[in-house]
Amino acid sequence: MVTRIQTEAPRDERMLRENLIGKLLRRPELGAVGGALLVWILFALVAGDRGFLSLRGTANYLEVASQLGILAVAVALLMIGGEFDLSVGSIIGAAGMAIAILSVEYGWHIWAAIGVSLAFSLLVGALNGILVVRTRLPSFIITLGSLFIIRGATIGLTRLITGRTQVGGVKGTLGYDSAASVFASTLSIPDPASQRGLSAEFSISIFWWLLIAAIATYILLRTRPGNWIFGIGGDANAARNVGVPVNRMKVILFMATAASAWLVATIQVLSAGGADTLRGEQREFYAIIAVVIGGTLLTGGYGSAIGAVFGALTVGMVQQGIIYTGIDSDWFKVFLGAMLIVAVLVNNFIRKRASEAK
Amino acid sequence: MTAETALSVPTSPTATTPILEVRRISKYFGTVIALKDVSMTLLPGEVMCLLGDNGAGKSTLIKILSGVHQPDEGEYLVQGRPVRFNSPREALDHGIATVYQDLAMIPLMSITRNFFLGSEPTIGRGPFRRFDIRRANAIVRAELAKIGIDIRDPEQPVGTLSGGERQSVAIARAVYFGAQVLILDEPTSALGVKQAATVLRFIAQARARGIAVILITHNPHHAYPIGDRFTILKRGRTLGTFTKDELPREEMIRMMSGGEELEQLEDELQHYRA
Repeated sequence: MVTRIQTEAPRDERMLRENLIGKLLRRPELGAVGGALLVWILFALVAGDRGFLSLRGTANYLEVASQLGILAVAVALLMIGGEFDLSVGSIIGAAGMAIAILSVEYGWHIWAAIGVSLAFSLLVGALNGILVVRTRLPSFIITLGSLFIIRGATIGLTRLITGRTQVGGVKGTLGYDSAASVFASTLSIPDPASQRGLSAEFSISIFWWLLIAAIATYILLRTRPGNWIFGIGGDANAARNVGVPVNRMKVILFMATAASAWLVATIQVLSAGGADTLRGEQREFYAIIAVVIGGTLLTGGYGSAIGAVFGALTVGMVQQGIIYTGIDSDWFKVFLGAMLIVAVLVNNFIRKRASEAK
Repeated sequence: MTAETALSVPTSPTATTPILEVRRISKYFGTVIALKDVSMTLLPGEVMCLLGDNGAGKSTLIKILSGVHQPDEGEYLVQGRPVRFNSPREALDHGIATVYQDLAMIPLMSITRNFFLGSEPTIGRGPFRRFDIRRANAIVRAELAKIGIDIRDPEQPVGTLSGGERQSVAIARAVYFGAQVLILDEPTSALGVKQAATVLRFIAQARARGIAVILITHNPHHAYPIGDRFTILKRGRTLGTFTKDELPREEMIRMMSGGEELEQLEDELQHYRA
């Protein structure tokens, strides 16, 4: 890939074209884009005439993908930074329950409840991060611990306060309408494929997903902290030696991940009108799967937020697409697991081709 | 100046203040004496080769110089002033940069991103302050062109560079960020002949720019042509510092390769033949 040229004049313009394929191969998200396209084609062929290709079908899998994608984008940054967070699913449950209990049981204004829930989530994220940084234990262990602590505490406290494990009635709380317009509204587009004149409801979570992915991509590729995230994940010691605030960045990444879980929780509580202590269970694994399908390296230092977007899209399409095929959706997890393994193999192959010494 | 002339013109050590000096420093790890009463000076624009067998204390000495360890006894002076570094970053701030064998380069990150990690140039203000990739790429291209590495794309991963080029990029980075002293730990040990030559040529160029270099190497064929002075360590103590005139090549090779031990070994091996 390296050539020694006698002249010193830069030759970018000519090099660009020869190098395009090499450049594309070097992008971590290439595999995920191809994979998403492949899955879409597959379902279009198998279930295209049963509604997968319709506007409503599209809105359907995009909504599923968006909620997972919001998590996956934040988890991608954390994983590029070399850490895991297994507690995001539990944070979804806790943050959602906090909103529901404060607004329904205590009569708080919904915005106040949402704000406190965010503060709580950020605190949990910070605690995760500080524990990882201070104890130097693997984040896998620390956040596996917090997965159980947070989930258990959520169930225990909810039962203590309400006597139940589900809290409904959020739609009747103070300020619900304004909060719902931000977190739970939909864009209706009449579906020409529908004989009964139904509309496709595109959830606002799709907008949040794309917005967060755009911000994350900008941070990663065009800011100093973005470069630090790659450096920390690639070699934390080397990064520390050149003055990167490694510990501070890690804590911030854990807080960002927790905040993404809060956003998903808020969207879910406001759309469903209630919270369940078991909300978000296993979401941490789905997020990691989406991130890995998106080309991010498990050991850190390499990956992309755009990849995570396509990873989440792929998972969403498979999860909803299976329903349209008529295959029992029990089989979804089989596909998901197999896809994960294939994706890692393909991504490893691409990365090796792209980065090996000449 | 071309690299070849730089290589063949040894700079004469002038009577200036040493840019770096250690006086009778010692370092103990528990009951192990890693270094004892080692003194050494380094002048601007000279290449000092640090020689010695494994366990002689070379690593300990450079780790003290680069701020990883603190000496238990003795003085460490930078430009005549006593210093005490608590971290490699503090040494770096005094212009002392260390390039380790494993380079601390991240293979999957681009050359530009590696080069500027921790010191990224920015453009814009406030929330719009962003990594100025275009300028960073231009600087990297220019800095590497100076040392004869013409890269097609500064955004290609470091992993695509050869070992010699990677070493050179690491050294170029240290020089660009104002290193006055370069400590190079076995920069040529993992390299082929051609690649090692690239690195040695670059060391000569750095010296020509007035940078002082401490070179640790096992290879006398790399040390002799580039070195101005040679400090020899043995079992944590110094056997002294010699100029090229005082230390003929054969003598140096004998000392470096553990001459006596080798002769002994040869005798021993003779027995097996009989």
